[in-house]
Amino acid sequence: MTVTDTPDLECTAVCKDFGQVRAVDNVSFQIPKGSFFSILGPSGCGKTTLMRMIAGFEDPSSGDIEIKGKSVLNTPPNKRNVKMVFQHLALFPMMNVYENIAYGLRCVGTDKATIDQKVKDVLERIALPDVGNREVHQLSGGQKQRIAIARCMVLDPDVLLLDEPLGALDLKLREAMKIELKLLQHQFNTTFIYITHDQSEALVMSDHVAIMNEGRFEQIGRPEELYHAPKTAFVAGFVGDSNRWSGKVSAVEGGKAKVTTDAGLQMLCQKRDGSDLSAGQSVNIYVRPEFISAKRADTGAAGDLNAIRGKVDSVLFNGANSRVLVRGPSGELIEADVVVTGSDSDLRAGDDVALSWSDQQTMCFAT
Amino acid sequence: MQSDIKRLSLILLFAPFALWIFLLIALPHIGMVILSLREKVAPRVYEFGFGNYIDFIQEPIYWNTLLRTGSMSILVTFLALLIGFPIAYYIAKIAGNRSKGALFLLCLIPLWVSDLIRAFGWILLLRETGVASSFLLWTGAINEPIEFLYNDVTVVVGLVYTVILFMIVPLVSTLDGMDDAMVEAGYNLGGSGFTVLRRIIIPYAMPGIVSGCIVVFMLTAGSYLTPILLGGKNSSWFTEQIYDQFITRFNWESGAAFGFLLLAFTSLVVWLGLKLTGQTLANTVAKS
Amino acid sequence: MKRNFKITGLVAAMMLTTASYAQAETLRLLTWGSYAPDELVQKFEERYPDITVEVTFSNNEEMIAKLRATGGAGFDLAQPSHDRIAAAQLEYDIYKPLDLSKIDTSVMESSHLEGVKANTTIDGEVYAVPHQWGTSGLMKNKAEAPDFAGWDDLCDPQYAGKTSMRLKRTILLGTAFSMGHDPFAAYDDLDKYQEILDEVADKLIECKANIKAYWQGGDDLSAMMLSGEIVASETWDSTAYKLFAQNPDIVFVPPETGALAWIDTFALPRKGKADDAAYKWINFVLEPENVSIMSGSTGAIAAVKGGLDLLPEDKRNAVTAAFTDEDIANLKFFANIPPGVEDMEGKTLERIKAATGG
Repeated sequence: MTVTDTPDLECTAVCKDFGQVRAVDNVSFQIPKGSFFSILGPSGCGKTTLMRMIAGFEDPSSGDIEIKGKSVLNTPPNKRNVKMVFQHLALFPMMNVYENIAYGLRCVGTDKATIDQKVKDVLERIALPDVGNREVHQLSGGQKQRIAIARCMVLDPDVLLLDEPLGALDLKLREAMKIELKLLQHQFNTTFIYITHDQSEALVMSDHVAIMNEGRFEQIGRPEELYHAPKTAFVAGFVGDSNRWSGKVSAVEGGKAKVTTDAGLQMLCQKRDGSDLSAGQSVNIYVRPEFISAKRADTGAAGDLNAIRGKVDSVLFNGANSRVLVRGPSGELIEADVVVTGSDSDLRAGDDVALSWSDQQTMCFAT
Repeated sequence: MQSDIKRLSLILLFAPFALWIFLLIALPHIGMVILSLREKVAPRVYEFGFGNYIDFIQEPIYWNTLLRTGSMSILVTFLALLIGFPIAYYIAKIAGNRSKGALFLLCLIPLWVSDLIRAFGWILLLRETGVASSFLLWTGAINEPIEFLYNDVTVVVGLVYTVILFMIVPLVSTLDGMDDAMVEAGYNLGGSGFTVLRRIIIPYAMPGIVSGCIVVFMLTAGSYLTPILLGGKNSSWFTEQIYDQFITRFNWESGAAFGFLLLAFTSLVVWLGLKLTGQTLANTVAKS
Repeated sequence: MKRNFKITGLVAAMMLTTASYAQAETLRLLTWGSYAPDELVQKFEERYPDITVEVTFSNNEEMIAKLRATGGAGFDLAQPSHDRIAAAQLEYDIYKPLDLSKIDTSVMESSHLEGVKANTTIDGEVYAVPHQWGTSGLMKNKAEAPDFAGWDDLCDPQYAGKTSMRLKRTILLGTAFSMGHDPFAAYDDLDKYQEILDEVADKLIECKANIKAYWQGGDDLSAMMLSGEIVASETWDSTAYKLFAQNPDIVFVPPETGALAWIDTFALPRKGKADDAAYKWINFVLEPENVSIMSGSTGAIAAVKGGLDLLPEDKRNAVTAAFTDEDIANLKFFANIPPGVEDMEGKTLERIKAATGG
């Protein structure tokens, strides 16, 4: 590995115990320079603790954290070149926007002219050139967000940590800010580590996402990998929507496993690399709604696909993301994406339907 | 109809406040002003005039005592802030939720006994044959008993002890409202402990600091028992002179004038303090 | 319906008030601490079951201030010292004349009675009769300060840091006597009196370094004396007598220039509502056996014939240990304070307090 390849941040076997509770368990990862990295997990999974260790507010119980190839374990938080955007932003209410941004520069003893220049530059970069003299409470939610980022970026950090900063915004603004954050990251070309429990935030913005559960990293990968090729049942269930059945493997042949669900349905699923399934094993099966095709029962189904017959329970119209809920043979509800065109051919509640999906889209995990 | 009822309930809600302000605050003060502007010319004969105020200006003992009372009160306020701030910070930010209540209660304990008892407690502790002096004798640190009482230091210590709670309470409530992330952000952006304290915690707590200081200063300047009982031969306090005017010298007119001067003086100090710290009364009182 | 209710309420209220008037008269006493011992109050209420006694403890200055605030209302019987009545009455009109026929003056020591009458007669009306008398003077711990004898010894360097006084008018007067003045005689000429006060103030300011502390009340004085922190002090005689019982070395010292004697009196506040009950109380406490109870509580001598003999034994011993007949002949009774003197004295005391001595 050459010097230029040194990752901005590298964690090695980091653990953190609070008394008996292990909040972060043996986490290792590295983040290449200039990437947008998200840590996605349900609340309480340890992602905030991990971030606080990187920022220096907590010390790991064991393991090492390196920034630009140098361990920072003995560096106090105010000496680490890692800046953080807090969940509620933590802008200083007693200072105006200019002072908020200048604070960090003053701490390192930058001279006044340089501070002026840098604050002006960063405000221009976040497209808020004229807000310097405003008080924090006069800003809108989105503007505060950008000021919080500018306050960190003006210090030119190696890594910027963002702790669910969009949580407090309303939906519309959140959607807009997702895109804006991504653009800002490109613009500053700094490594962002973004913590969230909202998968759409993570998937939309990130170059890489780590899925975290109960203190461990379940899987690290590009968003589409996580979505299409989850390595664990947790990832399959947590990322994206899916229908889930539990059942038992009845036979394995030719790289395919035949599974009988608890309700007695038969399904085929393709074995993935590295997974080993054997007859008699209990498994969970996940199938994403967009891979299930729902057709009127009289049109007939194709041969090698998994197929179920059922009755449309209700149609959930949501434009391009419309869905039907189908009552299956054993009474369970199955979600399937459909195209609602507004014509007579659309499915309606009460229609008999045939659901089918390919064995390749059937994800099967041993339990 | 609806609006009538609304207005009525508004009046009913406002009435106790208005009565309180008028009957218990405005009226007595108006009485005091009128009293202070009467000059005694002969028994049972009075004339309108500023004589009582002129007496005050012409007699250095009076304004010296007032200045002394004022400066010592400022010192007490400053010390109470210096000692109270770390305590308040500990209670609000560091102590756990459960111990927070217990600590607060501990701070309240001195209020459960009266001023008089507290002063006597200090007397028992600090007198020449008291606990502190005897203990030092016993350890051999001193050879002769020491009198800790009857000097200005004791008065200041006693006053700080009495009023510090009134500094801690508003401080705790403002600091309690401060997001921990604010402090962490201060460090994260490169601030040292001192910078964070000076540029973030103190400015944030300013409303609490100012309102605590106002209360403590007013209480100290207006206190009576502690300075008298703990103070020495030379420690006159302005309230003592007001008491003397009213009670020993039967000079109510001059006592009223003194009372008014004390009020004016403390208000002036508070106003100056607000100006210097750039706070407004509305700001501080509303926030803490 | 509503009006009916109101009327019923009114009637009920009136009945209540009249009932309480008929059943129990309240005698509201404004007096000195220990001047109304529980034993005596109970005995009085047994003898006059329709009278309840309410006691408020106070001192000369506060008595006048309280009565002045209400124009003489709120109390039925007050007990100011003989020298504090005439001026207060002239200035604030807070007392009413006594009806001497309702008081058994025959039991009173005639010299005290005549003295008080002379002091408190205004326009031919008498405003007070004597109750008890006592002295202000000095006390010393015989073992530590055997030679201590006069007011000026408080400032004697050999007792440096071991004496105390109360910064009130008594010490001004005592010091004036010790400097060879007669302050009471100077009451007629206030300019002269001011000169004396200035001289006294200089002396006491100079003396400040010698004093340990100014005492505020009987309790802190007793504590300092008993602990040995001070060996001599200006004092009330009753405090000295109490300490004598605990440490026989502590004795009252009538100063060489004469102890200052006061007589606490009975006076009726102008708007008192229970004069009869007040007269009953006055006559009651002057009965010999009640005098003993009272003196036992107050440590002061009743202004009745043979008052000294009616003291409880321990107090009598303390008095006889302190006073010779010569001392008693040398008593200086406080003279009536003319208007204005309190103000002059107050200013002097403030000057002393504010001066930075030691």
